[in-house]
Amino acid sequence: MAKADVTGGFRKRKHDHFPHGHRREDKDSINSSSAVIMAFKSFQLELDTRHDKYERLVKLSRDITIESKRTIFLLHRITSAPSGEEILIESEAKLDVVRQKIKQVAQELMGEDMNQFHRAISPGLQEYVEAVSFQYFIKTRTLISLEEINKQLIFAAEDKEEEETKLPASDCLSKQSLTWSLKVTPVDYLLGVADLTGELMRMCINSVGNGDIDTPFELSQFLRQIYDGFSYIGNTGPYEVSKKLYTLKQSLAKVENACYTLKVRGSEIPKHMLADVFSTKTEIIEQEDGLS
Amino acid sequence: MSVSEMFINLQGVLTVDQDIREDIRKVVQTLEQTAREILTVLQGVHQGSGFQDIPKKCQKAREHFGTVRTQLASLKIKFPADQYYRFHEHWRFVLQRLVFLAAFVVYLETETLVTREAVTEILGIEAERERGFHLDIEDYLSGVLTLASELSRLAVNSVTAGDYSRPLRISAFINELDSGFRLLNLKNDSLRKRYDGLKYDVKKIEEVVYDLSIRGLNKEATDGAGGEK
Repeated sequence: MAKADVTGGFRKRKHDHFPHGHRREDKDSINSSSAVIMAFKSFQLELDTRHDKYERLVKLSRDITIESKRTIFLLHRITSAPSGEEILIESEAKLDVVRQKIKQVAQELMGEDMNQFHRAISPGLQEYVEAVSFQYFIKTRTLISLEEINKQLIFAAEDKEEEETKLPASDCLSKQSLTWSLKVTPVDYLLGVADLTGELMRMCINSVGNGDIDTPFELSQFLRQIYDGFSYIGNTGPYEVSKKLYTLKQSLAKVENACYTLKVRGSEIPKHMLADVFSTKTEIIEQEDGLS
Repeated sequence: MSVSEMFINLQGVLTVDQDIREDIRKVVQTLEQTAREILTVLQGVHQGSGFQDIPKKCQKAREHFGTVRTQLASLKIKFPADQYYRFHEHWRFVLQRLVFLAAFVVYLETETLVTREAVTEILGIEAERERGFHLDIEDYLSGVLTLASELSRLAVNSVTAGDYSRPLRISAFINELDSGFRLLNLKNDSLRKRYDGLKYDVKKIEEVVYDLSIRGLNKEATDGAGGEK
């Protein structure tokens, strides 16, 4: 027994003094209070806690994805909406809802190693990056930086009471700290931005369809910058990033071709046919005249 | 900040990340080498002649664990202390292997299951995540499962070597382990797959015990209890 202590084995309970002839029976009546069983009971608890947390995060991530996607759809309507301002305000409200979800994620991860649960929340965060960078682009025509995104993901505990009633699971967390923050990893940011380019491509085609001639050119300019950025990273990044590079290239090609068509056909094709090419609206032609 | 500046920054972050991973890989390789050496030492117990030498072999293995400790110490300074799980995949496998080896040594010495705390002590790492480089519970359990299949093999070889009492003790040990694992609600992950293999180890040992019982060899083993240990 003394030896067992030194080497740190579980203390032998019954085998030590067990009459040898009865060993076979031993198997059927395993002592439920043996050290091994006790240890496994604590492992059970530990694993269950971990899995539960993981599942909660997956669920939150899914919610974040859904809300972010809806925000993106909403933002696409801006090309045809009479008042862009209204849509921006609405999208801001939607993103706030998403951020509340992210706050819950941050609360779950309080005191944990975020990387341990990264796979659970990564898809949601990427989608959020996509939505928030899309909105940012519409507002400023520039790319939102990772720092900017992370700055918006620092949450104070102003509405602590309300939070606690809403999230019983976070009770103990709120007492520990007054702020929660979540950092989007550079890779998630890159993947989100890569997805953004797909949305921008769609926006470009939509705006041509709606007679907006400036936007496609702005978009192609912007997309080219992003593409250059991704080319700079090239294959040195993680596998997922390089994989998106191909899709990005295709999106860029579509936008560039659209711009090309606008430019060339805009000056050569008779006005009524140009209208057929892109849309039935007449403004497109008037604007195109000024452009070429 | 322009788009290209942003990407230059990101590229910088990615490069740092890759350098860290490269460093980690190098240390992990040395760890794998040491783990193989320990395994070679311990494999000797399956030889018929090796049964008498068990304490000596354990002693030798424990010396190797000194090397493991220094190697793990150099591994843990290769990355920021709070990012264990970011690089976990790199050392996960070798750590499971080392857990198995430590558990095997402890079993051979005392015929008990090594505790998680004891493994971390042998490896010179922390038992709790909060304190730094620690042993993940799933890695510990995986290592223990490897021990189970190694012991089922040892049971077979004990019989060959004429030691009929050891399989009975191994049987009791594995059965206790099995009921321990039964308590766990495993997800459909790699640990679960490893656990699914445990029943074959249990079956194997039961067959050995059956063979011994039906021929009355277990009686012989218990009568001549001197053969124990």
